[in-house]
Amino acid sequence: MSLLIGSITIGLILALLALGIFISFRIFDFPDITVEGSFTFGASAGAALIVAGVNPLVASLVSFLAGMAAGAITGVIHTRFRINPLLAGILVMTALYSINLHVMGKSNIPLLSETTVFTWIENLSNRVSGIDARTIIIGWEVATRDLWLLMFCFLAILMFCCILWWFFKTNIGTAMRATGDNDQMIRALGVNTKWMIIAGIALSNGFVALSGAMLAQYQGFADVQMGIGMMVWGLASVIIGESIINDRSVGMVIAGAVIGSVLFRLLVAIALRWGLNPNDLKIITAVFVFIALILPGLLKYRKRLTLKRGAHA
Amino acid sequence: MLKINNITKTFNPGTVNEVRALQGVSVEIEEGGFVCVLGTNGSGKSTALNAVAGAFIVDEGTIKLDGVDITRWSEHKRAKYIGRVFQNPFSGTAPNMSIQENLALAMKRGKTRGIGWGLPKSLVGDFKRLVKPLNMGLEERLESPMGKLSGGQRQALTLLMSTILKPKLLLLDEHTAALDPKTASKVIDLTQQVIAKDRLTTLMVTHSMQQAVNLGDRIIMMHLGKIAYDFRGEDKKRLKVKDLLTLFDELRRKDNIDPSVAALLEEYYI
Repeated sequence: MSLLIGSITIGLILALLALGIFISFRIFDFPDITVEGSFTFGASAGAALIVAGVNPLVASLVSFLAGMAAGAITGVIHTRFRINPLLAGILVMTALYSINLHVMGKSNIPLLSETTVFTWIENLSNRVSGIDARTIIIGWEVATRDLWLLMFCFLAILMFCCILWWFFKTNIGTAMRATGDNDQMIRALGVNTKWMIIAGIALSNGFVALSGAMLAQYQGFADVQMGIGMMVWGLASVIIGESIINDRSVGMVIAGAVIGSVLFRLLVAIALRWGLNPNDLKIITAVFVFIALILPGLLKYRKRLTLKRGAHA
Repeated sequence: MLKINNITKTFNPGTVNEVRALQGVSVEIEEGGFVCVLGTNGSGKSTALNAVAGAFIVDEGTIKLDGVDITRWSEHKRAKYIGRVFQNPFSGTAPNMSIQENLALAMKRGKTRGIGWGLPKSLVGDFKRLVKPLNMGLEERLESPMGKLSGGQRQALTLLMSTILKPKLLLLDEHTAALDPKTASKVIDLTQQVIAKDRLTTLMVTHSMQQAVNLGDRIIMMHLGKIAYDFRGEDKKRLKVKDLLTLFDELRRKDNIDPSVAALLEEYYI
């Protein structure tokens, strides 16, 4: 049970990553691989600041801004220098690898003895429910502290989802969605689409970096390798969410991304529990996303085939 | 109102694919004028329209709109003064957004977009009233996504969106070419109404000589990146489709002989 709660908590933290991918991949149709670097960038910047004694909330906020800066650079490289989105992302991702090593000064920073956002929540839990308190849910005994952490992550994600939903309903957010949907049309309505893409990719990477910073604080370390495979991971979450919630309105897709992220994390936890070799995790994620991407097309093709056969018969 | 002075544009200069699309086009359109632009394929008629819209920056010459030099302005900056309808019915609307969201986007053409609510409730009633005269039953479907509508419906809405805020200039780029004849005539009726209502200054590129004869108060015929003929006033009113056909034939015949010879012949015989 405590494995379950831990997985849901990490799923919620990674939901921020899924929201970032939702912005770049779904709103702008921009395959942005910068996230692999900016996820680590958020984690390393947050960890380095916390070790230096900065308030963990401020450190997380700085991580968000750092991610935005990285995304903005990708956006500028793509729009101003007309470099293809994938290559623009690869350039920034590669550059960030060095930057992350410089930010941390080494390849990883432990945070276990530092005060993080989650230490605050644990202290609060100890004060309210008592140290090492246990709670029983549906016959399972779990640490009350873990429930507090889960609650905190849930509320934080809920807040970010609401902000994001509101943002995409404002005038500027609507123009952003239109940029991804039909850039020719929105240019003819007076919107500078280049700026929209830069701002959107920046926002996307801000969320990704924040996700990295939160994960580093939760798991107790930041590592220079932790961003690898994160883009596909986030994409898997978004795709799972979309297949569960069959509604393409902004609010529903946002909710879907969060649900997808939690579910995907749970699936992975269960698979690992059943004896899946952790080394195989990335290949399975990649194959999963590949199948999810081609499945709608395959289904349509089969339907056409059966229709054709029906017509001939 | 619109003053185009000797604009030129060469695509892919210095390569085998070099196309001298505009070779010195000058034209002036007065306020409230409705100009139809005709021409064969590759005559530069759409290129001329796109030059005004700002899809690219011209190599030489100037474009002035209402006294303001917009030659170097970017496409989105010009959009403040220019409404546009495209040839492709899917180009003018965002398919995954609702009809009302599309209309709300058009309400902000050329204005600053801040963090105010994108689709105020108060607007929805206005949209219903605006859409109703189209007689397409869209007033009941304002929340459905644009992508579910037919090309004709989307083109009608694009026309509405481009004029929802009165533009100084309306650019129509063969906006009925991709529609079936019945829908096309409906969209043309609507075009006439919209233009007449606000007395909009309009530049319409068309492939249909019938449309050019029926609509507007001036016909410009383009050929090889230049203006070949310009009919206005009584001349335009007298013009029939068969006259235009004759002119096209003449242009085509001229093409078949060497350009330098053509110039020589013109000098002697015209």
